[in-house]
Amino acid sequence: MIPVCRLEDLPVGESVRIDTVPPIAVFRTEGELYAIDDTCTHQDASLSEGWLEGCLVECPLHEASFDLRTGQPTCLPARRPVRTHRVTVDDGVIHVHPAASADSAA
Amino acid sequence: MRTVTVVGASLAGLYAARELRAQGFDGRLVIVGEEPHAPYDRPPLSKDFLTGRAAEDRLALSDPEETRELGAEWLLGVRARGLDARGRTVELADGGTVRCDGVVIATGASARRLPGPAPAGVHTLRTLDDARALRADLHGGRQRVVVIGGGFIGAETASSCASLGHDVTVVEAAPLPLLPQLGPELARACAQLHERGGVRLLTGVGVTGLREASRVGPEPGEGPGPRVTGVALADGRVLPADVVVVGIGAVPNTGWLAGSTLAVRDGVLCDGGCVTSLPQVVAVGDVARADGVRAEHWTSATAQPRAAVRNLLAGRTLEHARPLPYFWSDQYGCRIQYAGRRRAGDTVRIVSGSPQDGRFLAHYERDGTVTAALALDMPRPFTRIRRELARAETRPTPGAVVGAVGAI
Repeated sequence: MIPVCRLEDLPVGESVRIDTVPPIAVFRTEGELYAIDDTCTHQDASLSEGWLEGCLVECPLHEASFDLRTGQPTCLPARRPVRTHRVTVDDGVIHVHPAASADSAA
Repeated sequence: MRTVTVVGASLAGLYAARELRAQGFDGRLVIVGEEPHAPYDRPPLSKDFLTGRAAEDRLALSDPEETRELGAEWLLGVRARGLDARGRTVELADGGTVRCDGVVIATGASARRLPGPAPAGVHTLRTLDDARALRADLHGGRQRVVVIGGGFIGAETASSCASLGHDVTVVEAAPLPLLPQLGPELARACAQLHERGGVRLLTGVGVTGLREASRVGPEPGEGPGPRVTGVALADGRVLPADVVVVGIGAVPNTGWLAGSTLAVRDGVLCDGGCVTSLPQVVAVGDVARADGVRAEHWTSATAQPRAAVRNLLAGRTLEHARPLPYFWSDQYGCRIQYAGRRRAGDTVRIVSGSPQDGRFLAHYERDGTVTAALALDMPRPFTRIRRELARAETRPTPGAVVGAVGAI
């Protein structure tokens, strides 16, 4: 379980990258928190710098789009999912629970 | 339409094949590729592939499952050498022919070379084989690398070579690299990255030739013949070089169309919907000059096939494909992103960050509207303006975004 930041420090529509290996991106949408692997499965780009729209994040480099709820790509050029991670808020602090292994999304 | 041949098995060709199936074409699909490789992505070749950070399997654009689903006949390692006058038969270099009802021309472009035979140690960087050869030549110890041309391929290659510990010089004939693309202010900002990365940048000086030496005993795996030793400049200097990379642009692969009736002028001429003078022949990607514009952008190659295939299957132009120009470059640990349609004389306004800090977003403006944007390491604000620019083009008055949207 990795503490990320206080809930109020991550406004709606924003995201933060945590330097795990591999890095994880945490997003706050309207009413929900999501965590996925930060690196686009297509090429080296940080999804935490991507464009958030509803439950989708668009890669800042090639417009691949991922569903934050499932990690599945919703359009090309990405063809493989990113891992999703559980997020909790404990005492006002966002925590990420990294998924067990790097290949669990395959 | 019973048979469609896609000539070219790279990004645009693969996307065209996908579109054909996605839009319901269930006939025979033949894909002809000059290179022996399955479709791969070229942008990493000058970056992570060259530095060894990304292995070859990371370059694949498709996977076995998709390949199976496409149900195409792949003719790889075979060059197309002709298209008959009616555009119904693709002739192959091995003597074979493919008769078809529709043709997608996606033959891309080739790296422009220096005139004359190239001695060993001189490289271009366009194909996987090019990148393999350059990578192999950069092994073993610090080498003197001279990159001819300061465009994106040149800059990325220089950056990769520097990160591998080599001694790198970039030679650019123009007063600044990327001057026509970015204008003086921002071309200067990007040029500063070379210095920050420990690479010498020589500008305003042309290359007159290469120096070479014959070798008594070539290295294992190398053929006989001379090896490059230096690059001669117009001002009389000679830059010593162990490895030379020529990054002076690309020329569209249209030679094979000489016997066809298609009009070719620095690309295959087609309308805004990528349809050539023959309604059953369309052109996409680097080789296509659509509505007067030939764009060597990754996103053009992926965006054009949708409209091109729709028009091909309809037999007439129903849809235009004029994606907002967008390109990016990763060099010296920085990500440069550009989108829009800048024209010479547009005003540059830095809206966030500063070039001195190596992190900024700049707008190009004309008559109070934003025409284009360039960012260095500012991906999210850049995406915002890129989307605004794209949206503005679909509005009734295309071409500009009201300046006030720049509330970043």
